[in-house]
Amino acid sequence: MSYRYSNWQEYSKEIADDHYYYARSCIRQNFFPGSEKAFLDILREDLGMDIVEDPRHTTCTGIGYHSDVVPLETTMAIVARQFALMTECGYENYVASCITSFGIYSEVLDMWHHFPELEEKARENLFKATGREFRKPKILVHTSDLMFHVRERIAEKGVRRLVNASTGEPLRVVDHIGCHYAKVFPKKGIGGAEFPYVLAGMVEAWGGASVDYPERRHCCGFGFRNYLVQANRGYSVANSQKKLESMAPYNPDFIVANCPGCAMFLDRWQFTLNAMTGSRYAIPVLTYEEMAGLVMGIDPWELGLQMHQVPVEPLLDKLGVEYDPAAKYLGKNGKFIGQPLSVEAYNPAAL
Amino acid sequence: MDFGFTVNAPRAIYLDKIDPALRDKLIARERTTLLCIGCGSCTATCTAGQFTGFSLRRVQHLVRRGEYDAARRAITDCMLCGKCRMVCPRGVNTRAVLHALLQIL
Repeated sequence: MSYRYSNWQEYSKEIADDHYYYARSCIRQNFFPGSEKAFLDILREDLGMDIVEDPRHTTCTGIGYHSDVVPLETTMAIVARQFALMTECGYENYVASCITSFGIYSEVLDMWHHFPELEEKARENLFKATGREFRKPKILVHTSDLMFHVRERIAEKGVRRLVNASTGEPLRVVDHIGCHYAKVFPKKGIGGAEFPYVLAGMVEAWGGASVDYPERRHCCGFGFRNYLVQANRGYSVANSQKKLESMAPYNPDFIVANCPGCAMFLDRWQFTLNAMTGSRYAIPVLTYEEMAGLVMGIDPWELGLQMHQVPVEPLLDKLGVEYDPAAKYLGKNGKFIGQPLSVEAYNPAAL
Repeated sequence: MDFGFTVNAPRAIYLDKIDPALRDKLIARERTTLLCIGCGSCTATCTAGQFTGFSLRRVQHLVRRGEYDAARRAITDCMLCGKCRMVCPRGVNTRAVLHALLQIL
């Protein structure tokens, strides 16, 4: 029997070694403020790469676009503006921090490829509105692609590996790949949805054991329409429940996700499900930058791990990371950032 | 804790987990029910179906899936005229199936 896509290598993509224009994510800076900083610090300072960040760039309109409040023409004009900023900075490689942005850019470039008149219209709209012109990026990648690309270099420079410090056993890691990365254009992601390797590759390179589980490719439940309206959130939480039910029997040490929404909801809904159904989920959820940050020896509170609902301390203990419990709720420059009124009440194990 | 929403259970039906007792009872009473291929001729010709949501095809599916409550509610709309039996290409005794269901469910 021959399959249409028989080899996972067909899903690999071209990733430039250096010189990237970096576009931040709207929501990651609120959900996981340390992740994007860790990404830039590791790649720029530890690996010496050239990545430029431009304060003029805006949202890609992803959330508004998928919620039907931003029309397609507007999305195209804004994407055109992002590319114009990249062109003005003198770069040809574009790296997006958000999965949905990556999906939007891929989708717009694909539409422009098949319908050149839409590209002309976007160019015209952009020029009329801002006087800007742009070149399309030569290489478009997601930040997880880039981190996957340099995973061996990170492993070389890392101060620890993803192993249990007391037993020496590799940590059991379950991954979750964002749908807008792997399913909109499967061949534009490493392994696509069928062979999800982008995170597993990092986990394996850094000494952990990637655990396959039945619902690995299922949606996390983020799905914009599913959570924007409160009455619809039952669908969102039901998806997360399906994922967690599927992965829990494998006793994972933590979940790693490459999508802003997935990391957020797999984390927050554990508490919600515990409160609603009496379950006892307490699986720490990390972004791949946070995972890399721990490997590189960055302080967990500097990485922003205190922003997670599920406490990460058990994981830090397993990894043998030294941390100051008293500093958990101290932000930059030692300023108190506030803490849950009752820390115990938010601990899933205490519910 | 009230979040303003609850977990929406999936509509997936696990055939391994359904209770087959009533379905088997129907098959024992009216074996021709097994001949049904779900073509919908019965529903297309149904007089009651013109005025209500009644569909014998749907009832057959519900019983096979073990959704007896929904089937029980649906069959009260049938007038037992028997037109469906005349058009069934497989020779299912549809009127007898309905009779049996009215007694079993």
